[in-house]
Amino acid sequence: MFIIPVMRSFWRTLDRLLRHGTGPGRVPHGTGPDRALLRGTGRARPFLRGTGPGRLLAHGTGLDRALLRDIGLVALADGVVGVSFGAIAVSGGQPAWVPLAMSPTVFAGGAQFAALYIVLGGGGLTAAVVAGLVLNARLLPFGFAVADVLDLRWPARLLGSHLVLDESVAFALAQRDPARRRAAFFACGALLFVVWNLGTLLGVLAGRAAGNPETLGLDAASPIVLLALVLPALRDPRARRAALLGAAIAVAGTPFLPGGLPVLLALLGLAAAGRPGPGRRNASRPDAGRPDSGGPGSGGPGSGARIRSRAEGRA
Amino acid sequence: MTWLAIGVLAGGTYAFRVCGPALHRRIELSEQVRWMLSVSAAVLLCALVATSALTSGHGFAGWARPAGVLAGGLLAVRRAPFIVAVAAAVATTAALRLLGVR
Repeated sequence: MFIIPVMRSFWRTLDRLLRHGTGPGRVPHGTGPDRALLRGTGRARPFLRGTGPGRLLAHGTGLDRALLRDIGLVALADGVVGVSFGAIAVSGGQPAWVPLAMSPTVFAGGAQFAALYIVLGGGGLTAAVVAGLVLNARLLPFGFAVADVLDLRWPARLLGSHLVLDESVAFALAQRDPARRRAAFFACGALLFVVWNLGTLLGVLAGRAAGNPETLGLDAASPIVLLALVLPALRDPRARRAALLGAAIAVAGTPFLPGGLPVLLALLGLAAAGRPGPGRRNASRPDAGRPDSGGPGSGGPGSGARIRSRAEGRA
Repeated sequence: MTWLAIGVLAGGTYAFRVCGPALHRRIELSEQVRWMLSVSAAVLLCALVATSALTSGHGFAGWARPAGVLAGGLLAVRRAPFIVAVAAAVATTAALRLLGVR
């Protein structure tokens, strides 16, 4: 476990280096989709706190190198998640066209993994689709949050809507200037679209060559991917309560229920979430977001904006 | 997966995405609805983390996978970079299986 302090100090140093010279972060303006959830959260993850979009505002307008670097980091992480998606899908027995069709059309890491796991676990297609759709329901408020960015002519609006992800929304909302918002949104969304699909293709190719994924420990990658996507959201104590109760319900139900159903039953954990309290609104941390990684959407790859970004991403 | 299932998932997902940009001048979601949407995503993701870390089919997954997930999860909670956390989880699980732990 000595690696933890080492990684921590490494990450702090990197954080400090990246932060150098960018001046104080500014408060993002949007009424971000995750803001409600993240109200009262303790600390943002350092990726966003230190180098996040808010801090980048100190540099003029347009997409500067620092912002592109941040987007690139998230894209790199999402590419890895894409690889694992492709590899897990084909090594779990799905034909290659399944991940290759899902990644460009669904384009949401958390939902793609959820649907895939339910199918691989022997669950029904209906449960897989419903679970994926419930996971992606958060894209609805996300879409409202970036509606101004997509206030374009209809073809661009319809095409741009496909790029609504945890990460692209988080990057866009942290920009104050409308032109920068739009530039950050499209740069992040388009780059993630490319790396997500390239990653999936690579994973499909590698997964077939890889043989048994369990020997390689690949089965441990997927829970971590989802965990990284969801971690920022869990800093809200009410969300954490609901999530823990839901997870306990899902695990307890797994021996007895058909595949996929235990995960859907986890929604009963929402009973522990209560309502958004008015007292928490002022405790909002403006720089909290979906910082890291994961596939697009997700919560995703890493979502979660991801992630991350982070949140959740993640896809 | 079938074409139909992927099509419904993709179509529904796109419908969620496009509502805001298409309708934002007409309707506004209540704070409660937005919040519940966010929390249910987190709840579902956590349930997936727990079940995919601990179970396989209808039974226990064995010790190697939960151990790897624990290692990676600790790193993720400690704010390690994403790739490091995933690599640690995979490496731990693979190493344990190599040593004969199921």
